[in-house]
Amino acid sequence: MKKYVCSVCGYIYDPQAGDPDNGVKPGTAFKDLPADWVCPVCGVEKDSFEPQED
Amino acid sequence: MQPVRIAENIYWVGGIDWDLRNFHGYLTQRGSTYNAYLVIDEKIALLDTVKHYLFDEMIERISSIVDPSKIDYIVSNHVEMDHSGSLPMLKKIAPKAGIITSPNGQKGLERHFKEGWDYRAVKSGEVLALGKRNLHFVLTPMVHWPDNMVSYMPEEKILFSNDAFGQHIATSERFDHEYHLEIIIEEAKKYYANIVLPYSEQVKKALAAASELDIATIAPSHGIIWQKNIADIIANYRTWSNNGTQKKALIVYDTMWKSTEKIAHAIQSAFELGGYNTRMLNLQHNHISDIMTEVIDAEFICVGSPTLNNNMMPNVAAFLTYLKGLAPKGRKALAFGSYGWGGQSIGQIDEVLKSCGFEVLDGIKVNYVPGSDELKNITEKIGEML
Repeated sequence: MKKYVCSVCGYIYDPQAGDPDNGVKPGTAFKDLPADWVCPVCGVEKDSFEPQED
Repeated sequence: MQPVRIAENIYWVGGIDWDLRNFHGYLTQRGSTYNAYLVIDEKIALLDTVKHYLFDEMIERISSIVDPSKIDYIVSNHVEMDHSGSLPMLKKIAPKAGIITSPNGQKGLERHFKEGWDYRAVKSGEVLALGKRNLHFVLTPMVHWPDNMVSYMPEEKILFSNDAFGQHIATSERFDHEYHLEIIIEEAKKYYANIVLPYSEQVKKALAAASELDIATIAPSHGIIWQKNIADIIANYRTWSNNGTQKKALIVYDTMWKSTEKIAHAIQSAFELGGYNTRMLNLQHNHISDIMTEVIDAEFICVGSPTLNNNMMPNVAAFLTYLKGLAPKGRKALAFGSYGWGGQSIGQIDEVLKSCGFEVLDGIKVNYVPGSDELKNITEKIGEML
């Protein structure tokens, strides 16, 4: 599953790790994140994320 | 208004804000400085500026060294107005100066100033050649805004660290060997607790990057320049960014008719008996920014409020909002308070403490006035949980 990078602060969402502190289980793909999920570092919404380039 | 020499042809040319006592809600009892640095080489570069009202002071310092209109580059390590607020006035005096900043820095400066300035947005690893010396840029996003970067000059081993390692202290002394180390560290700790704490993960990455650099001088954007005690401040940053705590318990509370205060003292007794250092922090007398300095190394945070109009007291709500935003990790916590009828405040505090991710012990709730047996029971009950 693809990693996504926050274009504001550089945080990388890794689907394998999820975001357990905010109720997102490991193994959750970026597209399956809840609509109200925000960057755990800087707080911007999902539309500020871009797929990580290989 | 003299500049201070840092190295050959490198000067501190900042401004000293002796009167500053409140920095957007953070009490700065010792004032602050905004540190700008001038590098004279084949090209002339100014690293950061000062708050707008200290512009004349900065220009006076620069003018005693060089005509400010000759500045070739202005490096903006951070958009925030205490460092970029003088840019419009400076650009009038030095119109040919290009602005070097991060990509997010350019976006932020454009939103602040709406000027068609000549920007060069740099990424990590890019180098600006000044002649004999070079500036290497490292982006440090979210330490503490998305635009933050630091500049490193390998020839002089100077890290221009912007807000990292800064402290709000107004002094005429510029170097750490000239001033009281305990006070510098205390103010660096307060700065970390109130500004940097939420971004501790980013700080760890920045420290790892810095550990590969040969650093003889850390020149931050506030306060004293580090030379003699670099190892101390790096070690402290390492501890703070790892949420390292001591056997210390804070009892933070507000009170109406002293019942919640009595519970606070009973809680303090339990921690004293358990061998903890304790701090009684009545929110009517302690500012939230000072309490944060205590939070940074406290294992336990106990928060108390009586119930007022079905809610916690406003002072307590303000503290909890501030605490949650600054996001210390790995703490233990406890809610307590006295109430007359509804008693909602204790549950509300408990909920916020849980949302901070703390390990929260069972709350303590006493109707109206606690009796001496009840207070004794509170001390014993908490003692058993420690």
